[in-house]
Amino acid sequence: MNPAVLIASVYVFALAAFLGYQVISRVPPLLHTPLMSATNAISGISLIGSIVLAGAKGYPLPAHILGFVAVTTATINVVGGFGITDRMLKMFGQRKSKSPKPDAKAIANKEAAK
Amino acid sequence: MSLTSYFMEATYLIASILFILALKMMSHPETARKGMFLAEGGMFAAIVGTLIGAHIVTWVWIIAGLTVGSIIGAWMAVSVPMTAMPQRTALSHAFGALAAALVGIGEFVTKANEMGTVTRGALGFEVMLGALTTTGSLIAAGKLQGVIAGKPVQFRGQNAINLLIGLGMVSSFVFFWIHPETVAAFYMMLGLAFVFGVMLVIPIGSADMPVVMSLLNSYAGLAAAATGFVLGNNVLIIAGTLDGFSGFILSVLMCKAMNRSITNVLFGGFGAVIAEASAANSGGVMREISLDDAAMQLAFANRVVFVPGYGLATAQAQHACRELGELLESRGVTVKYAIHPVAGRMPGHMNVLLAEANVPYSSLYEMEQINPEFPSTDVAVVIGANDVVNPDARDNPKSLIAGMPILEVDRAKSVIVLKRGQGRGFSGLENPLFFKSCTTMLYGDAKSSLSHLAQAVQHV
Repeated sequence: MNPAVLIASVYVFALAAFLGYQVISRVPPLLHTPLMSATNAISGISLIGSIVLAGAKGYPLPAHILGFVAVTTATINVVGGFGITDRMLKMFGQRKSKSPKPDAKAIANKEAAK
Repeated sequence: MSLTSYFMEATYLIASILFILALKMMSHPETARKGMFLAEGGMFAAIVGTLIGAHIVTWVWIIAGLTVGSIIGAWMAVSVPMTAMPQRTALSHAFGALAAALVGIGEFVTKANEMGTVTRGALGFEVMLGALTTTGSLIAAGKLQGVIAGKPVQFRGQNAINLLIGLGMVSSFVFFWIHPETVAAFYMMLGLAFVFGVMLVIPIGSADMPVVMSLLNSYAGLAAAATGFVLGNNVLIIAGTLDGFSGFILSVLMCKAMNRSITNVLFGGFGAVIAEASAANSGGVMREISLDDAAMQLAFANRVVFVPGYGLATAQAQHACRELGELLESRGVTVKYAIHPVAGRMPGHMNVLLAEANVPYSSLYEMEQINPEFPSTDVAVVIGANDVVNPDARDNPKSLIAGMPILEVDRAKSVIVLKRGQGRGFSGLENPLFFKSCTTMLYGDAKSSLSHLAQAVQHV
């Protein structure tokens, strides 16, 4: 890696860290579990590195086999991670449907009774 | 650079932007789901871009991996119950870290000789973090699933041995960094990292899992970021760093919620001082309450706050809890749910369990929001929670959990505690809340207690 590329990479790392801090500290505790599974799925992007190892020009067979395992586990994370995150967020998204909201009368009666 | 390579780089840029947008939209439950669609789109684009632009010559391994992974992943996505979410997440940390480690090993096998010093350093970092996160997460998942005993495994000289393994791992890393021709040092580092991961997690009890999970999340992300450095790939650096920092922020939050430092969680040995702490307890009487009395109290209250703990999850009582809550609401009672940050086995776990039971998220309150409301609460119902409502944490500076932020249910006008029996919480501490004059105990399985309560409320 030549110095120019390294410096650029360090910039990307530092800015991503800063941005990550800003963005993620705004996620409410309510969504921390989906957040964890979402970032997990997103970091499954290492799949693209695995794909290169599993099949790109210039890699020998042992590398392809390691790559195959890596592609498998990364794909599990991507598919499973996004799937489960969506399942969770769907539950948070739904507004109360039948809404047994207390009617004002019941409350008023109660206050009067006091 | 060929045209396809430019195309590939463009998809990576798009993916990076979409990932960041997705996390930004995570800040509100209404937009979060849409955000994830963006992230999925970004991921898809990056994969297609790679397949087109990365000079792929052997397709069979890629297709096999994608197929097998998709089948297992889809099966997990559909079938894993919400109560098992911590295990699932721990397992996915292991998978992510393993992928990073394997890519690193592959790079080492093929290109060790042509690597510069910086790349080699990043490679060592990637493989080391990846390997220790893999085994550590597997142990964590095993503990959470109950395959391995959840109790902390501790023995004399443990920290010394761990330190030795850690030092051995780091020094083989440094040796490999300086002398790339010594292949043995690389494999030594790899082996020690696998062992270190196990050693790091076995001394930690199930109740501290929220911190461990977040830390492993952070490691897995950083391993992916290191992969990005090795491959010179920015989208990997960005996604890995976002993941790493998210895990880091969560571990800090979890530690704050338990008033412990990360070192204390990892090397503390929490169980050691219990005997002496609990011996010094002033006795007292716990008053039992009958179902009908409890139902009466709830039905005629104005404000009720439910305080669910991990006991609610183990009893699978989320749905029963929501039914009781809805019943009370239909009678005009204001019902809220107070969620302590470490109420479950991973950050935010309790929120997910209640959301699954159709509790609207607008009735879920964080600790800071709900604490000022307890003095005006008529009945606080504690369900399978113990240490997070222990007033000793606030009042008794000698307590083992002194300083841990708690839900101040003891300030409510009355408290009903649903509990299996008269036992203590995971820390083994006596809880003065149970002996207060405003507190009554309702013994039994949380699920059946709650559904019986609901029946009783209907007859009031």
